[in-house]
Amino acid sequence: MGVYQEKPALAPPVSTSGPIAWIRINLMSTPLNTVLTLIAAYVLYQLIPPILNWAIFDANFAGDDASACQASSGACWVFVKTRLGFFTYGFYDEAERWRVDLSFFLLGLVIVPQFINGFPYKGWIGVAALTIMPIVVGILLLGGVFGLPHVETHTWGGLMLTLVLSFVGIVAALPFGVILALGRRSEMPMIRMICVTFIEIWRGVPLISVLFMASVMLPLFLPEGWNFEKLLRALIGITMFQSAYMAEVIRGGLQAIPKGQFEAAASLGLGYWRSMSLIVLPQALKLVIPGIVNTFIALFKDTTLVLIIGLLDILATVQATIVDPAWRGVSTEGYIFAAFCFWVFCFGMSRYSQALERKLHTGHKR
Amino acid sequence: MSQNNTDIATKPKQQSSVLNDPRVRGVIFQALVAILLIWFGWTIFQNTLQNMESRGITTGFDFLSNPAGFGIGMTLIEYDETHTYGRTFLVGLLNTILVAGIGVIFATILGFIMGVARLSKNFLISKIATFYVETLRNIPLLLQIFFWYFAILQPLPPPRKSLEAAGTFFLNNRGVYVPDPIAGDGFGFVTIAFLIGIIATIFISRWASKRQEATGQQFPLFRAALGLIIGLPLVVFFIMGAPLTWSIPALKGFNFKGGIQILPEFIALLFALSTYTAAFIAEIVRSGILAVSHGQTEAAESLGIKRSVTLRLVVIPQAMRVIIPPLTSQYLNLVKNSSLATAIGYPDIVAVFMGTTLNQTGQAVEIVAMTMAVYLVISLVLSVIMNWYNKAMSLKER
Repeated sequence: MGVYQEKPALAPPVSTSGPIAWIRINLMSTPLNTVLTLIAAYVLYQLIPPILNWAIFDANFAGDDASACQASSGACWVFVKTRLGFFTYGFYDEAERWRVDLSFFLLGLVIVPQFINGFPYKGWIGVAALTIMPIVVGILLLGGVFGLPHVETHTWGGLMLTLVLSFVGIVAALPFGVILALGRRSEMPMIRMICVTFIEIWRGVPLISVLFMASVMLPLFLPEGWNFEKLLRALIGITMFQSAYMAEVIRGGLQAIPKGQFEAAASLGLGYWRSMSLIVLPQALKLVIPGIVNTFIALFKDTTLVLIIGLLDILATVQATIVDPAWRGVSTEGYIFAAFCFWVFCFGMSRYSQALERKLHTGHKR
Repeated sequence: MSQNNTDIATKPKQQSSVLNDPRVRGVIFQALVAILLIWFGWTIFQNTLQNMESRGITTGFDFLSNPAGFGIGMTLIEYDETHTYGRTFLVGLLNTILVAGIGVIFATILGFIMGVARLSKNFLISKIATFYVETLRNIPLLLQIFFWYFAILQPLPPPRKSLEAAGTFFLNNRGVYVPDPIAGDGFGFVTIAFLIGIIATIFISRWASKRQEATGQQFPLFRAALGLIIGLPLVVFFIMGAPLTWSIPALKGFNFKGGIQILPEFIALLFALSTYTAAFIAEIVRSGILAVSHGQTEAAESLGIKRSVTLRLVVIPQAMRVIIPPLTSQYLNLVKNSSLATAIGYPDIVAVFMGTTLNQTGQAVEIVAMTMAVYLVISLVLSVIMNWYNKAMSLKER
């Protein structure tokens, strides 16, 4: 009786697994796909090596003035390096820049825990980020109290101003958005009409016209003798504009709450405000966090428009430095740097909102 | 028990104060809000009047008939310095509509291509589409406009050293020069033939679908439409003796004469607007196609329907239902974003009206209100059209 000897399994045929099969399936499944692959590969071959050469291999990194960029034909990253302070802080007083750094640090301190699963008191940190943080950072950046010297807002600029505009815009728009969304779903016809008109007007016009309005019309609306700084005027415009968008996002959340929840609250004897604040809004706001992050991304990109009314955000700082006659032909480098800053923030946030969406995709789904 | 019942029955219906009745409260609350709003509006109105008086700004729309006194680089209708501010408004409006209209078409085409490409089974193609979408939609539009305008188009060579293609197309730092078609005598007939072709196609398509419903026979509609819309005008064109000449741009001195000059501002704005919006449209198209359940494709396959026909008659009509509503809001965004023209000096309505005209006349309230009204009307019209289209495409339940 022979003992059964197990033979080693044969390797799968080359045509169904391994790199050749991968190429066959993913790149050359049909004649059309083969042609497309070849065209795409040729285009990439034509584009990528020159771009890499320009951006990395032939680029100038060392040195600290324009002459350092004469060395080779590649990108002049020295320009970005020497102007990094201006791109980050604008004209903010150099001796006081630690205050901006501290604000960045505080911002990181409240944001990083939001990305970590199971971080203790995550919710409370989030609430603090929306309530206490703006006040602390506001005092820190403006100064004038606690022995901190006052820093004029017209010296603010760069990345810092972009962050200030977008954060203040979103934090201030949140309560207005909640009120408008509730008003739009109110049973009182006049309240509903007012809210719908407000929301639709702001959503129907471009942000530029809102900023123009804030900068040229707002001073006319105020009683004589009142005057707002330019930054504050822009913030008012952005907040109005953003609260309309926020209201629509929150309305989506309110509509997703089943009617049973409203009825349950009413049957417990809760009045309108208590049933909204204790039962409906906590659920609705949780549902729309991804939507809020998405509006935040949109606002973050839209803050670049303030350069049209003369505020110095990060794009405006780049725009102001590339016309410097000492540095010639560095516009591409400047724009790529600014684009990279925006891309990192926006891409990170959109990934975050996608992850949240998957995580929160529970409950009310039927 | 019975005692209680009679107790309740004998009690007056309205026990608590009238103020606790939600309806009464609603009326009082609304009245308060109305009073507050009217007071707020009145205060602003009074302040504005006072401020304008103290700054010596005139009010009213009389300025619209005053001569503007400034030129505009690109006009679709006749315009020069002697025309009125009202005319300026119209020029800006037309320029806005031009760039937004062409932008919507380009963005739709590119967006659909990219959305389908991202779903392609071809690894390279889908990765390129993903890279495109993720890069462009995460960078502010204004930055992209600046990039195309200041980093790409402005450093181009001057007119004398233009880049040229076939001696008829020229590209330099003053824009693109293309041949200008000049219609000769009898070209009107070609236009009429073209219009007749379109109208005939509409009637034939109605007749064909009626016949197909009645008899099941199909009509080669596509070929018929091609023949009517393109073939018929071509035949008329040659019968009339080809009444069309081209004005080809040529270098005269320091600049080009003849042809059509397309401003670099226009190119940069159009390019940035369409590529940016296309990234968003691509995502909408992708999610729309993914939303059509796989069972639909399988059902079509099991009925023996060809793949191309499945795509045209089963997948796309269902995907369109998901795609149209967000597509509408992207179109609206594109129109609103075209206002960024002012940043690079393309003479759109914001640049010439809310910019130059406002600076010259100082009538901020009227001008800002008019400009905002223009965008509101465009938004309204566009959403009415898209809602109508959505209704036509929506699920017809019987």
